[in-house]
Amino acid sequence: MILSVCSLFVGVLDIRPSDLFTGSVETWEIFLISRLPRLLAILCTGIGMSVAGLIMQQLCMNKFVSPTTGATISSAQFGILLALLFAPGSTLWGRAAFSFVCAVLGTWVFVWFIQRIQFKDVVMVPLVGIMFSNIVMGVTNYLAYKYEMTQALSSWLVGHFSTVIRGRYELVWLTVPLVILAFVFANHFNIVGMGKDFSQNLGVPYDLVLFMGLTIAAMITASVVVVVGSISYIGLIVPNIVAMFKGDQIRGTLVDTALFGAVFVLVCDMIGRVVIYPYELPIELIVGIIGSILFVGLLLYRLRHGRKAVRLDKAAKKTGGAA
Amino acid sequence: MFVKEITKRYDGKAVVDGVSFEIPKGKVLSLIGPNGAGKSTVMGMLSRLIARDSGIVDFEGTEITRWKSRELSKRLAILTQANNVQMKLTVRELVAFGRFPYSGGRLTQEDNEIIDRAIAYMELGDFEEQFIDELSGGQRQRAYIAMVIAQDTEYILLDEPTNNLDIYHATNLMRIVRRLCDELGKTVILVLHEINYAAFYSDYICAFVNGKIAKFGTVQEVITKENLSDIYKVDFEIMQIEGKPLSIYY
Repeated sequence: MILSVCSLFVGVLDIRPSDLFTGSVETWEIFLISRLPRLLAILCTGIGMSVAGLIMQQLCMNKFVSPTTGATISSAQFGILLALLFAPGSTLWGRAAFSFVCAVLGTWVFVWFIQRIQFKDVVMVPLVGIMFSNIVMGVTNYLAYKYEMTQALSSWLVGHFSTVIRGRYELVWLTVPLVILAFVFANHFNIVGMGKDFSQNLGVPYDLVLFMGLTIAAMITASVVVVVGSISYIGLIVPNIVAMFKGDQIRGTLVDTALFGAVFVLVCDMIGRVVIYPYELPIELIVGIIGSILFVGLLLYRLRHGRKAVRLDKAAKKTGGAA
Repeated sequence: MFVKEITKRYDGKAVVDGVSFEIPKGKVLSLIGPNGAGKSTVMGMLSRLIARDSGIVDFEGTEITRWKSRELSKRLAILTQANNVQMKLTVRELVAFGRFPYSGGRLTQEDNEIIDRAIAYMELGDFEEQFIDELSGGQRQRAYIAMVIAQDTEYILLDEPTNNLDIYHATNLMRIVRRLCDELGKTVILVLHEINYAAFYSDYICAFVNGKIAKFGTVQEVITKENLSDIYKVDFEIMQIEGKPLSIYY
């Protein structure tokens, strides 16, 4: 954990010299208007998406569910399109409202769907999610073509941080209170993740917590999508990697998941900007490449080592549990 | 606690059909009977996990569905047969969930002591920091039972708790059930397949056949050659060992 905080600050410092390199007087202005918002947006995105993924995986009892494979992102995009169509002059907040509603509804429909149909194989759940999300995306694209909105929409289809400047990104701050809320209810999510009978025995209202948790996850995702665009994989990979090392006790892993998510996005963003300097690649591309490699690695690891966990030092874990 | 005329239908077929009985407080009651007799469904209705089609479940003078879920979970605990085994939680973290109705996840000193005691009760001390998905079926079952013990309720409902346990741990579990009742004054209701465990360790037995009560009474009243042959449709011999009617079937 300390290590991730360190690398967080190394990352932060890394960005500064590279951008303060050429400038002289206006450097600070650029820094405040563009650099800092960008950094904050990156951190919020990383934290938000990975926490959203963690919540969804717990609640759906499935390690392969995430905002990408649960139709949340595509629903959020659909919401943005609706906002562009019906309220062309809407502000960022107006679009966000549309996007929130759609993301929440989309996620609910998805979960309602997978609860109605009892799948025998866990892999079926994300597959259905991907199918569902492609349907939503198809409708989005169709409408976008019909009303010549493709270009306007494209900036929300591929996630990137280059348009993040002061005045345009503040919405992403919404992830912070939402993540805190998730932390407060971490134990509830854990118990609901153990099943309906289990949570009822402990007096936890299953349906209420399930829908509340999904709403939080969907809202986090939507606020990221509105500002940055779609960023896949983080919500899938980060919680899985952290869970491999730290287990599934959300209280214990939420902070690690959030930090690791932030570091992951930060590193990807830096790579994206360095590779074809002075131009930059959209973050979605980098995350996609690194994410898919990690994902395959994860699958292979699981296959080779079965379900055995990577065990950390027992003593360290004990003190961590006490604290 | 008593139930009156409870009925549950699946697809029009009554799985539990007008069952009424009273649960003797501070005693061990075992529900026995062949597969599909409705034992587990009765258990589910007793614990509000399964909705009834008709009838009354009265808990301490109030209809059970009128109870606040959180309050009820401090007084009645249920362990079902199917539990999530994919979750990567340590044994201790699982047992700590038993304290959730009391402290909502913020464990006090007292909670930790109760958790320690529950872990010691089930002899789980050696692997309290292991993840439950790495344990054997029997160890995991004991971890779940430890959680129910940590929940510290007056009523404890266990649905086939000896499943997956070897003779040593199954016998141990039954002794613990007896101690929970004798030492701590708890009311324990079990669904059991092993008739001899039921006969040796319970006070009362309720035998089900086809969704109806076939016999309800003390162990000596229910465990007789005639009754068991009627219920299970096989031949039985009864022997008295340590004053308990143990059966041999063939």
